[in-house]
Amino acid sequence: MQSAILAGLLGGVACSLIGVFVVTMNLSFIGVAIAHAAFAGALCGAWLGFSPQAGAFVFSLVAVAVIGPLADRGEFNPDTPIGIIFSLTMGLAFLFMGLLPGPKTEALELLWGSILTVSNFDLVLLVIVAVIVLMLVTLFFKEIQAVIFHREAALAVGIPANLIFYSMLFLTGSVITASLRSIGGLLIFNLILNPAAAAYQLTYSLRIMFILSALFGVLSTWLGLLISYLFNTPSGATIVLVSTVIFIIAAAFSPKRKVKKWKNELG
Amino acid sequence: MITINNAVVSYREDVALRGVSLSVKKGELVGIIGPNGAGKTTILTLVNGLGKLLKGQVQVLGCMLNNGCPSYLRRRIGYVPQIHNIDPRMPVNAREVVMMGRYGRLGLLRRPGILDRQVVESLLSLVGMSHLATRPIGHLSGGEQQRVAIARALAQEPDILLLDEPTTGLDRRARVEIMALVNEIHRSRNLTTLMVTHELKTASAICNRLVLMKEGRIWSQGKPEDVLQEEVLDLLYGDENRVVNYF
Repeated sequence: MQSAILAGLLGGVACSLIGVFVVTMNLSFIGVAIAHAAFAGALCGAWLGFSPQAGAFVFSLVAVAVIGPLADRGEFNPDTPIGIIFSLTMGLAFLFMGLLPGPKTEALELLWGSILTVSNFDLVLLVIVAVIVLMLVTLFFKEIQAVIFHREAALAVGIPANLIFYSMLFLTGSVITASLRSIGGLLIFNLILNPAAAAYQLTYSLRIMFILSALFGVLSTWLGLLISYLFNTPSGATIVLVSTVIFIIAAAFSPKRKVKKWKNELG
Repeated sequence: MITINNAVVSYREDVALRGVSLSVKKGELVGIIGPNGAGKTTILTLVNGLGKLLKGQVQVLGCMLNNGCPSYLRRRIGYVPQIHNIDPRMPVNAREVVMMGRYGRLGLLRRPGILDRQVVESLLSLVGMSHLATRPIGHLSGGEQQRVAIARALAQEPDILLLDEPTTGLDRRARVEIMALVNEIHRSRNLTTLMVTHELKTASAICNRLVLMKEGRIWSQGKPEDVLQEEVLDLLYGDENRVVNYF
């Protein structure tokens, strides 16, 4: 249980911090596609007999390398090619699952997540990724802020905006890879999206949004773990449901819902 | 200051610039006018290195830009892109946007200091936005967002200022105010300014030179009083000129 609590803390922080980037830059669909590519890669790794994390990492990086430039061109709507890649990775995931010999326990763990049986290796991986994410967000906060606001303007002032953008996409892939076993391939993206989306409802400060998002991420995993323990429900699914409830509450009480009214009052 | 020689730029099958040559001296305020799709914005992106040159040469501040513009040079070129819809929920306020203009000069891993804050406050005051400094950027009107964008570009302490249709989408009063602000900033800071605009009357009053563009080529250029002739504009804009004349 101690390992699960630690995994919840690390996964919650890493996923929700990277989620701020995904939410503010409207990259939700791209993120889902990367998450499913990682899931397919993990199953490919399991099928070929090497580490699922290695497979997830390679697949997510390939997905970033393909999807990133598509989203980047801006000359056409990238939804269609990203949708094709998304469905391709889903197809590959279920293909590898079908090809896996014997019982599908490992595949199902990767699908639903199993935070209660997280290994020391998974924990070490989570520590590394969480520390890297935290460090990069702290050190390059001003550059990330500029890229989130307007990438072309960021480039024009001399910020390496493309490097920052692609680094964040690769980091998204790495966070998904590290959290895959504890949260699960189908559910991981909710933990990236929901805490950040909830934080987005509550503040106009990017700094506070990062902090709130991390708090909501950890709250989701810990509360999810507690409920899962008390009612004997699947941990990954419970965590995701808790994070969704947090988002609904944040949206219901969001001061940003009053923006229109406030703007009208100002004329 | 800026020398563009026989520049050809293409976006896939569309040719945006067809052998354009243009020189801009230090301290000049050059207005670029012409119908939509003439290649006006592309000229600006060539100068700050965001555009990709297919053929020709571009020299800015003594540096050849044929392989893109290095970031140290971009820091010396303030760029105000066309206004775009900003998400009203965007978690960034006006002061932070102006501060972004300092980030390139600061470089990676360095945080803004007292001097940077002073520069930002004085620029907010210059563009008349001090009272709205903490307002989320997406809550500001188009004219206010444009003022913030100009302040951000000035925060770079640039040698060259590039403005891409700074008055588009604004009401008449805001358009007049923005053009007056551009004029004041250009004169007081001894900048070299390139401005893409559809404001023919105001541009002719404040620009040293007007460059008329059509279909990726420079159609004509010279002093405003020389080039802004009815027959020239008729040829440049065709039927549109009747509409343009109202502005």
